[in-house]
Parts: sequence; C-alpha cells; structure tokens
Amino acid sequence: MTVLCLIEQAVDGGVADVSLRALTFARALAASSGPWMYQKAASDPSNGAFTDGGAGPTDTDVAGGTGGVAAVVFGDASAAEPKLSEYGAGDAYAVELTGYAPQAWARALAGLAAELSATAVVAAGTDHGSEVMAHLGAITGLPMVANCVTAARNAEGAFELVRHRWAGSLLEDAVLDVTPALLTVAVDAVAAAPVAEPAATAVHAWRPELDDADLLVRATESAERSAGVSLATARVVVGGGRGVGGPDGFGVLEELAGLLGGVVGVSRVVTSEGWRPHKQQVGQTGTRITPELYLACGISGAIQHMAGCLSSKHIVAINTDPDAPIISRADYAVIGDLNQVLPALVDAIRARSS
Amino acid sequence: MEIAVCVKRVPMVGGKIVVTADGQDVDTRMSGFTVSPHEECAVEEAVRLVERHGGSVAVLTLGPPAAADQLRDMLALGATRAVLLETDGREWGPIATAEAIVAEVTGAAADPATSPVPALPDPATSPVPALPDPAASPAPDPAAAAASNLPYDLLLFGNEAADTGDYQVAVRVAHALGLPCVTGIKNLEVTDAGARAKREYRGTEEVFDIPLPAVVSVKEGINLPRYPSLPGRLRAKRATIETRAPQWRADGLTKTGLRVPAGESKRAEILGNGADAVPALVALLDELGILS
Repeated sequence: MTVLCLIEQAVDGGVADVSLRALTFARALAASSGPWMYQKAASDPSNGAFTDGGAGPTDTDVAGGTGGVAAVVFGDASAAEPKLSEYGAGDAYAVELTGYAPQAWARALAGLAAELSATAVVAAGTDHGSEVMAHLGAITGLPMVANCVTAARNAEGAFELVRHRWAGSLLEDAVLDVTPALLTVAVDAVAAAPVAEPAATAVHAWRPELDDADLLVRATESAERSAGVSLATARVVVGGGRGVGGPDGFGVLEELAGLLGGVVGVSRVVTSEGWRPHKQQVGQTGTRITPELYLACGISGAIQHMAGCLSSKHIVAINTDPDAPIISRADYAVIGDLNQVLPALVDAIRARSS
Repeated sequence: MEIAVCVKRVPMVGGKIVVTADGQDVDTRMSGFTVSPHEECAVEEAVRLVERHGGSVAVLTLGPPAAADQLRDMLALGATRAVLLETDGREWGPIATAEAIVAEVTGAAADPATSPVPALPDPATSPVPALPDPAASPAPDPAAAAASNLPYDLLLFGNEAADTGDYQVAVRVAHALGLPCVTGIKNLEVTDAGARAKREYRGTEEVFDIPLPAVVSVKEGINLPRYPSLPGRLRAKRATIETRAPQWRADGLTKTGLRVPAGESKRAEILGNGADAVPALVALLDELGILS
C-alpha cells in the first residue's frame, strides 16, 4: 500500500525533524498488514515480517505500484532528498508551487492521493500539517484524525489508531474504516528512525490542478526570524507559576535563567492574570518545550501545563505543597518557597563560578 | 459587522484526568466545565471587533443541555445572542459538527427574524449544502449560494478544542460555505478591504490578507479576555437561549476507549526543604551538565 507523507522543509530546505518522525510513522503504517498481506502472511510468515519497519518484501507487488512511503515536498526537493532516502521514502513528489497556500497544498495532496490510490495520507501535527490535512478532509469529505501516536491496518482493512486527546494527557483508541486514512502525527510522540539500508528516492515533478479559490489564502510575507533563545528550543527553561505571587516576582527567575543560559516560561494562570505575555506560556495553549532541564517553580502541574513540558528531559519542581500534581510528574523536587530557594540558588551558582 | 463564534463545553480537568469505569469518557463528576481557552479568546476578539466597528456577536455551541451554562458565560463577556445545537450527550465528530454549524448559520439566513426559533431546515428540501462529495462534479456550487446568503461577516472558532483537539471544524465549515479560511491566528485586523490575519510559524510571522466574509480560527494570546461585568452577568442570566436539535451521524471513525498514558504517576526524588536544599540542587544541576 502507498502512504503519502507531507514533508515540511527546514529553513535550509532539508527535512524538518517533525517530518522525519512523520516518515517513520508512515513507514510503520505502510508495513502493517492490510487484508491482502494478511493472506500472504498466512501462507508464508516471512512475507509479513518486518524487522526495520522499512519498505518490506511484500511492498513491491501491490496493485502494480511500488507501494511504501511517497514523500510530498512543496517546491524544490533537492536539499531534502538525502534525508528522504535515509528515512525510507521510495518516491518523492515535488509539487510545483511556491509559498504556503493551505488549500492549494491540500488540493495537490488530493490529486496525488487519487493518482497513486494512496491508502493513507499523513503529516506532522504542526500548525501547517494540521491545517493542510483539515483542508484535505474537507475537500474529500473524509474524516481526518489528528495527533495519532500509532496506526496500523488490520486484517479487515480498517485502521487501528491511537491518538492524543487533551494534547497527550489522554489516549484514545479508535478504529477508522474508510480509505484513504487522513492522519496527523503527534509531534513529539514518535521517535525518528532511519531505515537500515536506504535506497535512492525517485523524485517526480507534480503539477497540481488548482482553482483561483485554492490560492486565495496564502502567506504573503514572513517577517525576520526573531532573535535570541526561543522558548521552544531552549536548553534550560525556568518556569514560574502562581507561586511567583505577582508580576513583580519574575526578576529572580530571569536572573537564574540568564545564569543557566536558558529562558523563562510561565504557566497559564500567569498569562491569564496578565503578569507575563502569552508568548512565554508553556502548555497546551502555549508553547511546547523540549529542554534538558525544566525547573518548574511555584507551578502546581495542571494537565494544561504538563502537556507543554512533558518532553523535557529532566523536570525539577520547587513547590511549597508536597502533594501538588507536579511532584508526581517531576524527577526531582525541592519542597519550599521559590522566593527563598531561588535567591539562594542564584547566590550559590554565582559563588561557584567566581 | 455581524460575527458568529463557535465554542465547545469541555471539563476543567485540573491536575488529573480520570476515565470512567467503562473507559469511554472522562469522569466529570468532580469537575466544573468551561469553554476551550482558544474559544474564549475568539469570543473576546469578536466583542472587541463589534465595539470598534459596530454590529453584534452570536455565540453557538453544540453540546448537551448543560452547555447553556457556557453560552451564558459568553453572553456575560458581551455576546448578544446564543444558540444551543443540542445533543443527547453523545460525542459528535468534526464532520457532523461542521454540518450542524453550517445548517445553523445558513438556516438563520433563510428565515430572518420572522420566527424567534427558526425550524431546522429539512435536509431533503432545503438548499443547505452537504459537505463536498469527492465524487460529485464541481459544476453547481451550493457553497457559493450559501455564502451569499450568510448573515455573518466573520465566523470565529478556536484553533482546536481542548479535549478532542481535532483541528478541523472551522476548515470544514469554510469549505461547505465556500469561504476563505485561516487558522491559528494570533492577530486580527478588519480593514475596508477585508481582514489581515497574522500568526507565528517556527519563529517567523505569517501574514494573510483575506476578503470577508471569512472563517478564522484563533489561538489563546490573540487577546486577554476580560472578566465579565456585573451587568453582563445579569443580562446573561436573563437572556433567551435559542435551541435546535441537529441529527447526529457517524463518520467512519469510532472511538473504542480512552486511557491515561502509562508512567503518569511517579514520585519525584525529594532533594530537601527550602533553601537548605540548595547544595543538593546545585550538585544535581552539575551532574546534569547544566552548570558546565
């Protein structure tokens, strides 16, 4: 079966990390046993076995196509090609379209999915990926299942899915019984894995059939990239919540973040109260962070907040309440008032470096 | 300008999500309810636009009878009219939800003010568009006809609901009505030419210029919602909520169960109490390579 995978390109034209994860997800789906594979596997178990999750031996004889994963790139695919090969896309379609126009992108995917009789279309669950897939769902009238963690085709040909609810704080098991499956992949739920033996990716040009209406909405300008360390990519995040006490309490957090080469993030209550701007919010409705260290100070650990910080490598909580939810989600904790702990910590770090 | 905002009633889950014994729902016996955060900002944005440009704000929700509480909350923020698309408590997928919203916003056009509670259009006879059929020929465009009768300049949504996070109802409504659609918007300006909408994307800003009417989904951070005023709350308490009864339908995706991910409950290693814990904390940061 053929699984189409929408590729988002990094600034240098290569494949964005989220799309490497989506490719890995797409490969696993393509390798899962559909109804026809089930029959073959029954007579010859070796046909159904996949060790690396890559395009398997039975992928070559489906309905005359090459099967497996086909990547879809908008614009120039040349810089993306090495990674597409490394992550198991046998084919890549370079769509002749410049700039971001969500409905046009979806129209191109719809055309390709029909042309290739795709069994599924997947994209990373980013702002662009979710938006384009929603348009594809609307254009085709098919369901679009957002933020999947795993997907496999069962012996009846239906898709067995696990997807996020509450931004990953809850999992839904679901069955989708229409084809093609339109899926987005939860951005941090799947680890990217290259194939054991990469083969060359065959790149094809694809010219979509578009109406004027498809191009009505398009991004007309992108301002300069913002300078400084971004919350989403910071190595250290010093988080502040209600326990900070008010808009004037963040100085010591800023100071500590500066000493550790990190940035300040805050919980939703802090932005809802107007203590700090929303762009500093960590959480389901703010930014998802992925630091080495998240130092959560005076943060109770509501679902809404944890959804944004669970990809942190290490979480250290400073909280007066030993029964706060954050204590059961953190790796380490200090029980105490951040207004006493943080100044002492800043002093200790300064003393150490002098 | 005339604006409709769609909101969803969701539980306030706080620090922990508990699933019901049958594994099919979130246990809400101990929780209050609210509207999804992005949607509260959508209502605030609509109220601000109307304060600046004139007009009115209708707020719509699809949900159980108790979702009237959330509509009243939104009336207290400044919405002028509220419509409940009432369900029997069953979960609706995004396709059926979008269909019900389309029927409501266009049905209101077909029957303006003659009846305070317009009857639901009969799908067999009314021109209310179905979601596009991929096999159908594109020649007759019911969407264009529906859009020309639309009594709204702007349909606002939250970018995604807090619970199901489907990311698509706004887009489906836009397609059914043949309207332009932008999502994830953090800044919205209405101009003589239409609207200019901006959003963040990977550290840059994307700008979209679109004509009106249009469908826009917004994200929290576009504004800071006001607290409801006392007169607002009193007005909301007395307001009439219009009710419809749309028909549920399946869409090919079936939930088989809900579960809390494994590994949710560990216990942090306690480094100590108060400032006395600082040496242990410094040692830990050093061990993690943060101080090097």
